[in-house]
Amino acid sequence: MRGRAGWFFTAPAAALFAVFFGYPLVASLVQSFQTDSDGETVWAGLDNYTRLFEDPLVGRSLVNIALILTVQVPLMLVIALGLAQVLNLSWLRFRSGYRVAYFLPAVTTLVAYAVVFRVLLNTDPGLLNQLLGTHIDWLNDPTMARVALIGSITWRWSGYNMVILLAGLQAIPKEQYEAAAIDGAGSLRTYLSVIVPQLRPVLLFCLITSTIGTLQLFDESFVLTSGGPDNATLTPVLYLYENGFQQLDFGYAAAIAWLVVALTGLLSLVQFRALRTKS
Amino acid sequence: MKRLAHLPLAAGAVVSLFPFYWMIVAATHRTRDLLHSPPPFLPGDQLWENLRRLEDTVGFTRVTVNTVGLTVVYTALSSLISAMCGYGLAKFRFRGRGMLLAVLLATMMIPFQVLLVPLFQMMANVGWIDTYQAVLLPFLANSFGIFLMRQAFLEFPDELIEAGRLDGCSEARIFYRIVLPAARPQLAAVVIFTFISQWSAFIWPLLMLNSEEKYTIPVALSRMIGQSHVDYSGLMLGAFIATLPIMAVFLAFQKQFVSGLLGGSVKG
Repeated sequence: MRGRAGWFFTAPAAALFAVFFGYPLVASLVQSFQTDSDGETVWAGLDNYTRLFEDPLVGRSLVNIALILTVQVPLMLVIALGLAQVLNLSWLRFRSGYRVAYFLPAVTTLVAYAVVFRVLLNTDPGLLNQLLGTHIDWLNDPTMARVALIGSITWRWSGYNMVILLAGLQAIPKEQYEAAAIDGAGSLRTYLSVIVPQLRPVLLFCLITSTIGTLQLFDESFVLTSGGPDNATLTPVLYLYENGFQQLDFGYAAAIAWLVVALTGLLSLVQFRALRTKS
Repeated sequence: MKRLAHLPLAAGAVVSLFPFYWMIVAATHRTRDLLHSPPPFLPGDQLWENLRRLEDTVGFTRVTVNTVGLTVVYTALSSLISAMCGYGLAKFRFRGRGMLLAVLLATMMIPFQVLLVPLFQMMANVGWIDTYQAVLLPFLANSFGIFLMRQAFLEFPDELIEAGRLDGCSEARIFYRIVLPAARPQLAAVVIFTFISQWSAFIWPLLMLNSEEKYTIPVALSRMIGQSHVDYSGLMLGAFIATLPIMAVFLAFQKQFVSGLLGGSVKG
């Protein structure tokens, strides 16, 4: 009786997952071992996967992602943590106003965001260039396109992480600050021995979700630069999309997808292990 | 000293908000005035003119009605499915429960773009390309919403459910009359998130919808970008209209928004 009721409540979601998640997932795995030969789908063995290693564009997209992982993610998390700390100060006025201001970019519609940034970053005359008094070719110069991409992701997601870290900070009981003060701990000491250890699970959450988000990065490079110039902002998922929907090379697109899945699992595991053993 | 802290904070807030402000400025000027040097920094008087052009070129009213309709249907169905599934997972033991939980985790780890090609072929096979059901169905079951509702229902006391059963209530009635009202804040968070995700949905509707009269706002805007002569002020006005409801929902429901964002993540 109770078991049947459990099925009654979960059946709609389970059926939808089976049809629109389970089936396509298996289909994409099968596709990754197939290729198209004269309009016919044939078995290709590991060909699609070995091709990944020889494809310079796959390497290029991985380098781009690695760059964002090592530059943008730490930069964003430092900004988010700093903002969260400051906006947690009880004596600061307009705190909620600042929170809204910093969080708002995270709720922007992808297309609206893209449109605005394309107009702002236009070369000639380009509002940002006018403000800075420069003539930087933001979207057509490989280095600058990366700077623009990193800047826009940071603009969009710092406030989001700030809100999560702020909630983490507020979950730390006030008594612990007082206890630290009574024990004669200075503010740096309190910070390192009280706040940081307690905040670790929340930081880990931010780090892992940002890493997953970066590995799956698509929106920003799709709409801002279409992966260009000279593939400087090409991401694996964007390359997957190009292979699947422009070249109609479904097998290869599927292999790229599974490469991303493997990387996501691996990196999440590493971060999880590294940060958990310390605590 | 304390006042000084506002300097960097306010500067950051300006950077954060400026693109929104400039969206309004650009939406109220002519495109050619935007490309002038120096560009305008205050709102202009071309709002109605731009709106009329947007209506003439992409049928913006129609496009907006489509987006509202799709978003409302999606939000209602998806939130209901999330609440039901979350309740089932939180309060019942049944075969397949562990597997369903594993699927939920997997949907978060796997990039949804993996599914795009097979989903596209599926819709093509059943002849659903360019239909609204093809836009809505694949993402109706939303693992984030289910997780959040499950977290909410885990804390609901079993005794109250038992009491309902003793009173002879059906399981569906217990859910609808007793359990669901208690989870109203979390349900609100799920409703807000599903609303925003469907309102902004881009790639999938772009792949599914071919006829202009079926476009949603994001799809219509992206088609405008692709044109040879880009109508920047029209685009910015469209982007502004696309952003407005999301901003309004966010500002009105900040609290639910943040609780939705956290999804039980901070407790651990």
